[in-house]
Amino acid sequence: MWRKLLTRNEFYVALVVVGLCLVIGAVNPVFFTVGNLFDLVRNSVVMGIFSLGVLIVIISGGIDISFAAVAAFAMFVTAKILVPFHFQGTILVPFALSALIGTLLGLINAVLISQFRLPTMIVTLGTMSAFRGFMLAFIGAMEITNLPPAMIAFSRSFLVTIKQGRFTYGLHVSILILIVLAVLVWFILNKTMLGRGIYALGGDRSAAERAGFNIRRIQLFIYCFVGFLAGIGGIVHSALVRTARPFDLVGTEMSVIAAVVLGGARITGGKGSVVGTMLGVVLVVIMNTSLILLGVSSFWQRAVLGLLIIIGTGIPAYQATRRRRAA
Amino acid sequence: MKQIAWRAILPKDTNVRWLLVITVLVFVSMSLLRPTMFFTLDNFSSMAFQFPEFGLLAMAIMLTLLSGGIDLSIVGVANLSGILAALVLTRLLPAEASALQVVLYSLLALATSLVTGLTCGLINGLLIAVVGITPILATLGTMELFTGIAIVITKGAAVFGFPELITFMGNGSLWIFPVPFLIFVVAAAVFAIILNKTAFGAKLQLLGTNPVAARFSGLNNTKLLLQTYMLSGFLAALSGIVVLARTNSAKADYGSSYTLQAVLIAVLGGVNPAGGFGRVGGLVLAILTLQFLSSGFSMLRFSNFFKEFIWGAVLLVVMVINYLTNTRRERREALLQAKECEVNAQAD
Repeated sequence: MWRKLLTRNEFYVALVVVGLCLVIGAVNPVFFTVGNLFDLVRNSVVMGIFSLGVLIVIISGGIDISFAAVAAFAMFVTAKILVPFHFQGTILVPFALSALIGTLLGLINAVLISQFRLPTMIVTLGTMSAFRGFMLAFIGAMEITNLPPAMIAFSRSFLVTIKQGRFTYGLHVSILILIVLAVLVWFILNKTMLGRGIYALGGDRSAAERAGFNIRRIQLFIYCFVGFLAGIGGIVHSALVRTARPFDLVGTEMSVIAAVVLGGARITGGKGSVVGTMLGVVLVVIMNTSLILLGVSSFWQRAVLGLLIIIGTGIPAYQATRRRRAA
Repeated sequence: MKQIAWRAILPKDTNVRWLLVITVLVFVSMSLLRPTMFFTLDNFSSMAFQFPEFGLLAMAIMLTLLSGGIDLSIVGVANLSGILAALVLTRLLPAEASALQVVLYSLLALATSLVTGLTCGLINGLLIAVVGITPILATLGTMELFTGIAIVITKGAAVFGFPELITFMGNGSLWIFPVPFLIFVVAAAVFAIILNKTAFGAKLQLLGTNPVAARFSGLNNTKLLLQTYMLSGFLAALSGIVVLARTNSAKADYGSSYTLQAVLIAVLGGVNPAGGFGRVGGLVLAILTLQFLSSGFSMLRFSNFFKEFIWGAVLLVVMVINYLTNTRRERREALLQAKECEVNAQAD
């Protein structure tokens, strides 16, 4: 049991997260207050949803950098459609609409990648620029603040609330969405043939082909599903900030990818887990939001994230290189 | 007979030939749509001031793509080296400097910038070749790191106010040629010679095509990768100098969209993103196409967002066309071979 734990990448990521929390908590006790922890959760949800999609793509040996543009597109267009006729219905409609738009955009990626066998990074680079440009040029570039009441209500929905003096802290309900999606992705990856196919594709494409996996269909699913997750992540984000801002989200791609990779997913494919990814997200979110609690100026944020990526990916890479040289 | 003469003039590579057609089409249509604005010497000169900074970055990306990797840190390198050069010019240069001092400090600033570029490239190269991190991750990390250091040094503010000698490098012209344009032309020429005429270029393309084969052919992959990323850092620093000189300022977050733009240009220019293959001619055509489109659309009063859309769309269309022409050619060749086999079999 212990020995097995020691060989798992997740164990070390968890160790780093716990260590980091202890250090920050020791320097500044504010870190361990309920309010701060609930805030951390709230700040992790959207990145967590995105990271699930990125995880699947990375396991399959590809990369998707268009998801943030897809998310912004899906949530903004959803708001643009619903707001003019003063939509009063349930929160499910904006969610479904945004997820649908996301899936359709994902389908464009999926077709380009699976039918034309184009490199995933270049395709998603192109679609990222095309989606974002299309939205800003033809649909609108002004933020929408009068969102449907259901979304505003959602932003104020909490699972539990804790009263401390004058302040009330709440655990936001959106964490449930992340948990459901994480379980879903875990199930797909570990309990279905499709999941086996995704790992196989990332491990060795031609071997997977010979083993009888339908690569095209798997890729079609992957990129549509990433679009779906991006759509949901987008609408959750706009509900949380109570506005649909077309300029949001794009620019966060790299830190999401960094979180997934820090969580132990191998960028060349074939390896990665939901648990590790969630830990990676927590690590990056803590780094992004809690440096200030350490008394470090926020100017250091990017430099520290860079060092984290280099060290986090450098140690396993160096071990692998040494093993290869020794062999 | 006439056909043969044409072939001698046109680029040999099919993809580059396609690109040439696109470039000419874009140029002609923009000239027809806005004859009084686009087809003018003023516009040509203004375009020649604009493209060198991202053209140099595209060259850096091309180089690393050829080696089978990628350098996402180029913009970070350009800004960091620009800022260090700017600090030399603003902090070290005395207020009442003599002409000679200005020249010396300007040279010192340029040297600082280029050395910074080489050092950043060396760090990338070490992380990739010695530590063994995948290029995309290593340079993603260093992009954050270099940008982060630049932010820490400047506290996020711009550094500005340089001697005329420096701003001349960004805004001056020699006869009718803007200085940034000349810098770009020299860099492109040297770059083409390095890629096509030197052992380093040949080795680099072999490395990108098949790193295992390269190692077994006795190439020192580690040294090659170090050189590649240092050269990439050097080109990025050069771009940083052009930006510094043209805008008369250096800033930690300048041109954050340039990374993706540079990758786009390289791929549009026919550089194989999987490594090994690419031509400087294609790259230059891609840079020109994007600049023509960009300037043309501005004159047609399209928004920047529309340009972003078109760039993505152009990239995708070019990739699909390349795919279709390549598979058609492959299929035709396969068919020919099959026929030959059949003929041979019958002859036997």
